[in-house]
Amino acid sequence: MSQSNTQRTLATWKNVCNEGDLVRNSGVVVWLDGAQVALFYLPDAEAQTLYAIDNHDPESGANVIGRGLVGNIKGELVVAAPIYKQHYRLQDGQCLETPHQRLRVWPARLKGGVVEVQVSC
Amino acid sequence: MNANNASLNQLQTLIVVGNGMVGHHCVEQLIERGALDHYQLHVFSEEPMRAYDRVHLSEYFTGRDAESLALSDAALYQTPGVTLHLGVQVLDIDRTQRQVVTAQGRVTYDKLVLATGSYPFVPPIEGAEGDSRLVYRTLQDLDAIRAAAANARRGVVVGGGLLGLEAANALKSLGLEAHVVEFAPRLMPVQLDDFGGLALKAQIERLGVGVHLSRATQSISAGEQYRYRMNFANDEFLETDLIVFSAGIRAQDALARQAGLEIGPRGGVAINDECRSCDPHIYAIGECASWNGSLFGLVAPGYQMARGVAALLCGQGAEPFVGADMSTKLKLLGVDVGSIGDAHAHTPGARSYQFIDEATASYRRLVVDAAGKQVIGAVLVGDNSYYDTLLQYLQNGIALPAEPASLILPSSAGAPTLGPGALPESATVCSCHNVTKGAICAAIDGGCGDLGVLKAQTKACTGCGGCAGLLKQVFEHELVARGVSVDKSLCEHFAYTRQELYALVRVEGVITFDELLAKHGRGHTGCDVCKPAVGSILASCWNQPILDPSLVPLQDTNDTFMANMQKNGTYSVVPRIPGGEITAEKLIVIGEVAKKYNLYTKITGGQRIDLFGAQLHELPDIWGELIAAGFETGHAYGKSTRTVKSCVGSTWCRYGVQDSVKMALLIEDRYKGLRSPHKLKFAVSGCTRECAEAQSKDVGVIATEKGWNLYIAGNGGMRPRHAELFATDLDDATLIRYIDRFLMFYIRTADKLQRTSVWRESLEGGLDFLKDVILHDSLGLGAELEAQMQLVVDRYECEWANALKDPEKLKRFRTFVNDKRPDPDIHFVQERGQRRPIMAAELNLIAVTEELA
Repeated sequence: MSQSNTQRTLATWKNVCNEGDLVRNSGVVVWLDGAQVALFYLPDAEAQTLYAIDNHDPESGANVIGRGLVGNIKGELVVAAPIYKQHYRLQDGQCLETPHQRLRVWPARLKGGVVEVQVSC
Repeated sequence: MNANNASLNQLQTLIVVGNGMVGHHCVEQLIERGALDHYQLHVFSEEPMRAYDRVHLSEYFTGRDAESLALSDAALYQTPGVTLHLGVQVLDIDRTQRQVVTAQGRVTYDKLVLATGSYPFVPPIEGAEGDSRLVYRTLQDLDAIRAAAANARRGVVVGGGLLGLEAANALKSLGLEAHVVEFAPRLMPVQLDDFGGLALKAQIERLGVGVHLSRATQSISAGEQYRYRMNFANDEFLETDLIVFSAGIRAQDALARQAGLEIGPRGGVAINDECRSCDPHIYAIGECASWNGSLFGLVAPGYQMARGVAALLCGQGAEPFVGADMSTKLKLLGVDVGSIGDAHAHTPGARSYQFIDEATASYRRLVVDAAGKQVIGAVLVGDNSYYDTLLQYLQNGIALPAEPASLILPSSAGAPTLGPGALPESATVCSCHNVTKGAICAAIDGGCGDLGVLKAQTKACTGCGGCAGLLKQVFEHELVARGVSVDKSLCEHFAYTRQELYALVRVEGVITFDELLAKHGRGHTGCDVCKPAVGSILASCWNQPILDPSLVPLQDTNDTFMANMQKNGTYSVVPRIPGGEITAEKLIVIGEVAKKYNLYTKITGGQRIDLFGAQLHELPDIWGELIAAGFETGHAYGKSTRTVKSCVGSTWCRYGVQDSVKMALLIEDRYKGLRSPHKLKFAVSGCTRECAEAQSKDVGVIATEKGWNLYIAGNGGMRPRHAELFATDLDDATLIRYIDRFLMFYIRTADKLQRTSVWRESLEGGLDFLKDVILHDSLGLGAELEAQMQLVVDRYECEWANALKDPEKLKRFRTFVNDKRPDPDIHFVQERGQRRPIMAAELNLIAVTEELA
């Protein structure tokens, strides 16, 4: 318990790349202290426009989620894994086909032309 | 008023104890059958919330909340005449006074239905308490598991039955390392035989779940690495942070015992065929009832009992309960498992057919009767697509086919599957709600034309959901049989077929996806079905560079990076080698590039060279070098023109009658870059010996003494099809004109991802119709089709050359946009003098430090 509380209080925003590195309505990948984080930038989306989700595809074992196609299924934004085509919800990483599969997600934001991802340290 | 009072006074009181799935179904059935005209209905529930779906309980951990698991709208229990007492436990039944006793007082009943369900059995084990004695039955249990999992790394489920594996799945979805400990020597001992258990074990171990068979937990003590230590015989042990018991269920018959009702030999309220207990005023249904000494732990028989009792209480004829089909079909931890009828072949004289596939850990067993005439049981692990057919054989006593084994063999050879049309009207489609094919047909005849509405009307597929596939098939088959068109919408965003969208794009001159979606679609963003389909249509019509900003988000993975993604996330690169003709200089360049970037090299079937193992960030450099040497992209990644294969022709060959290479170059140069519903392959042979195998291509050209014969709509691949002779002895210009028309007509009218062969077979009017359109211009489309093709040809530009000129387009070709390193998880090993991706099993050979450096 104490451990997780500490984590929560020490969460910080980390600068990962510039707005110009993003590709509209598509994904790019950043290296974040050993993790591979896929960033999807949807400037026209109604609520959230930037999503950070694990680049590792558990079904194929390859790091390819950031190269997937973004879609909207039943009102939820998803990315289709490029190799075997499972859909993962951008919001929370949940796989729509396999209930026990869920990708890591991070809070992400655009701040003054800089892309920031929230990490706990 | 008086009349109303009088009728109120005549109402009897009916009490249902228990608001689980079966108790709830009984209430629903009672209301539907008009019970409220005769009874005041009181429902008592020990749990604080109304009935919820226990079959899908594990989804509570993957996003569903209690409300979405609820079985009905709250409004049902607000129906006048119905009172739901939530969180009120019935403490006693006073049979002489006919009253139930709760902490709040007594309620008198005329009729009483016990639907108290079951409780998890926890064997008495020393040290089992708190987080080492969790169970998996109610939402409250799941809350307790979730709380225990908060600081846990590993969780163990005791019990490898159906519910135990569900519980293991729940632990896994909470992020724990999950283990299953089973007393019996196999998983799901009730439903599966030995081989089935083995196959299931292999599959779920591959998913990272530990399986420990033939182990009885003797005690639980404090652990060293984890909170607890489970001690087995022979000094074996397993440490864990929490333990969930799922070692079977027991009928919740405490009230009935207290009230002196007769109890079955294995527990449960003894009932007769009308679900009546030994007290004529008391019924019992579901898991708390014992019929003929048997207990029924599945939802379908419980519902069957609930329907029977509801009918009886409403004075309607009820079918007697005479046992139930315990067949089940499930997805456990993502693995298909099915068990039908006499899965263990206990019936005297029963014979079995078995199919074992150790590569995929699939297993199927078919059990037939002594006479070899009927299906009496089956076991399926790994693929439930056989389930519906087998169950229909069993339930409807359909005679076995001549080769019974074909029912469980991989269905490559056109196995005799039972189409929805072959089912009799009496065939049960949904066994939970006892919905027959006849009832579905009746609903359709009554005007129901929507699958969702059909489910709501008939209740089909609203129990365990196992019949979803079959229901859809029957529904669509019956609609078509009635001449109703079936919804062929591309996806949820477009209520049009590909052909209709093509026409809209073409006629209205739409050039972006967003414009098409705004004008003719629904919602926003699109999905991975409509985006690539529309991307392909736009390319077929307007041929704009596919990496233009508005087109990038539409492309499927391979098109976005203009290379073919391989299993480890690296790409293969295929430069165009028109007609398979290449100079020594160019061969050397390919060799040098392959050497420089250490690419695995292989000759393709289309007379070109494939270079494998390039990482994303290497693609622009590789293409820079190839383009500098005069190569163009080969479009190997696209649904587009691939190759034009050719033999060497009259230039060299002593049999050749035309210059097939020259014609191949002409064709490839014309159609390169053409995007279509599926890939396109061509070939040109210089004589009738047909060395270029043109008759296996979408467009095949074979030289004659007088010119060229044109063949169309052949293909190799999974289902080879010989191309058909379309026109003979054509001169060069006519040949090209016909190919223009043929390809554009295909692009205009084919379904998405439909190859020319399938398209051609689906054309009404067949080959003659196609000849009329293309050769005789019967639709007057000829000139238009040719002009459309000419536009695509004129706009051709090598996509890679285009992208290399534009830094914006190259932005995506970076493995990490903020770091220069390659993907550290990509590893290769050497084999036969080249490198290849490492296999998962070889990965542990690599030192971890090397990756982090």
